[in-house]
Amino acid sequence: MITMMSMPAPPDGVLPETAPKMRVENLNVYYGKLQAIKNASLRVPKNRVTALIGPSGCGKSTFVRALNRMHDLNPSVRVEGVVTLDDEDIYAPGVDPVAVRHRIGMVFQRPNPFPKSIFDNVVYGLRIHGARGRRHLMELAERSLRHAALWDEVKDRLNHSALELSGGQQQRLCIARVVAVEPEVIVMDEPASALDPIATSKIEDLIGELKKDYTVVIVTHSMQQAARISDYTAFFLMGDLIETGKTRDIFFKPTDKRTEDYITGRYG
Amino acid sequence: MGALIVYLAYMGLQLFVVDHVSPLTFLFSSNFAPDEKHPGALVFIIGSVTITLFAICVGGPLGVAVGIFLSLLAPKRLAGAMKPAIEILVGIPSVVYGWLGLTLLVPLVREHAGSQTGFGLLTAGIVLSIMILPTVVSLSEDALRAVPVALQEGSMSLGATRWQTIWNVLLPAARGGLTVAVILGIARAIGEALAVQMVIGNSAVLPKGLLAPTAALTTEIVTDMGSAQEGTVLFHSLFSMALLLLLIAMALIFAVRLALRRSA
Repeated sequence: MITMMSMPAPPDGVLPETAPKMRVENLNVYYGKLQAIKNASLRVPKNRVTALIGPSGCGKSTFVRALNRMHDLNPSVRVEGVVTLDDEDIYAPGVDPVAVRHRIGMVFQRPNPFPKSIFDNVVYGLRIHGARGRRHLMELAERSLRHAALWDEVKDRLNHSALELSGGQQQRLCIARVVAVEPEVIVMDEPASALDPIATSKIEDLIGELKKDYTVVIVTHSMQQAARISDYTAFFLMGDLIETGKTRDIFFKPTDKRTEDYITGRYG
Repeated sequence: MGALIVYLAYMGLQLFVVDHVSPLTFLFSSNFAPDEKHPGALVFIIGSVTITLFAICVGGPLGVAVGIFLSLLAPKRLAGAMKPAIEILVGIPSVVYGWLGLTLLVPLVREHAGSQTGFGLLTAGIVLSIMILPTVVSLSEDALRAVPVALQEGSMSLGATRWQTIWNVLLPAARGGLTVAVILGIARAIGEALAVQMVIGNSAVLPKGLLAPTAALTTEIVTDMGSAQEGTVLFHSLFSMALLLLLIAMALIFAVRLALRRSA
């Protein structure tokens, strides 16, 4: 048995199992000739938080970018394998990547609000998808900002530039922006890595709320964070998906020696 | 720089102070007769403003469009090959553009646009549009490339198409740099003398349309500078025209800044 004194207890494993919202099968991702993901397979259960952990450069970010076809933007990246959303392959011929990204939202490592007002940021996706009318948009904006626990901090300055906000507020704004378009899955790529501990804990609380309505996939380099917020965990090492399972199992009884080594701090 | 403007202003105002020519005559008369103390520069003002506006309206949007293509849409290899090519085009002397205009464009306009001579506002406008294009392309490409990739990803990840992303995020984010690109294009167009002189026809009459031969402030200065004796009305009117060129350039640049700030 591994000693876990410094590790907070993972969420109680009593949540019932849910059907997979997404499935990844035999995923390979190449940057030119370099293979960044090697034959990875994963199930992402609905309305649960799935954390991807592993040392820097292990392919976590590369993996999640395959989930919403963000790699399409970079012609030197090649993706092979099957990724399904509700049992439909999002890489099948004829599937519109824009429609995929509408259903699978993404929050990035560094907050990336647009150089526009707070209001215009939140309703950006709504406008893109055809929503009109100041009043209607205002209602949706308030709902999204409340959802992202940001409303009380910005309600009096919605017309101010989003760039005036602190890093943590900007990141919650980016979450509100994603929530506004009501995706089914929210992918987060180390959303708290550029934030201070207080802002981080706000984001973590928020993720716990989000899983009621959304399926969440989160990349984190912090094992503590994975343990605190996730229901399922996948461990990556040098492009290989080593082990996946319930977070509590991964942390308390990993089956692979390499997972155990990482959990107990034997890798960087 | 400041001293230059002061000198230009001093010399440019001689016409009104020493020669007692009314500024209204200078600005609003189309009869350029400096020997009769009646140097009306309206023809040249209209010529300069028309060809410059033409160049901005054609070369500006086209240049920004090519900049968008090269920075965001073109395959890396093509964009990489085009970049130095366009930078070379920026450095081509204006006499070369004028020469190509004279030998290629003038016959083309004569035969296809229904102009008698082929010389005139249209030809000069086209030459200027082509001339400012590399400047606008190069600077707008740089401006768009300077927009962080994270903004593009943020927009695309919300289900925006590439065009929606360009239109709603990238162009507004690059607005400052695009403004500079267009302003430098204007500066190049309004100040151009040689290439314009080679194709505009150089007749000091009000043009009756885009196809008519006429003259511009710059071309008139070039045409008359050899025969202008110091202290004469002609000499002073050329200085006034130079001053006016400066003022028009400043006004256009101010207008572009204002327009782009409004659209924010």
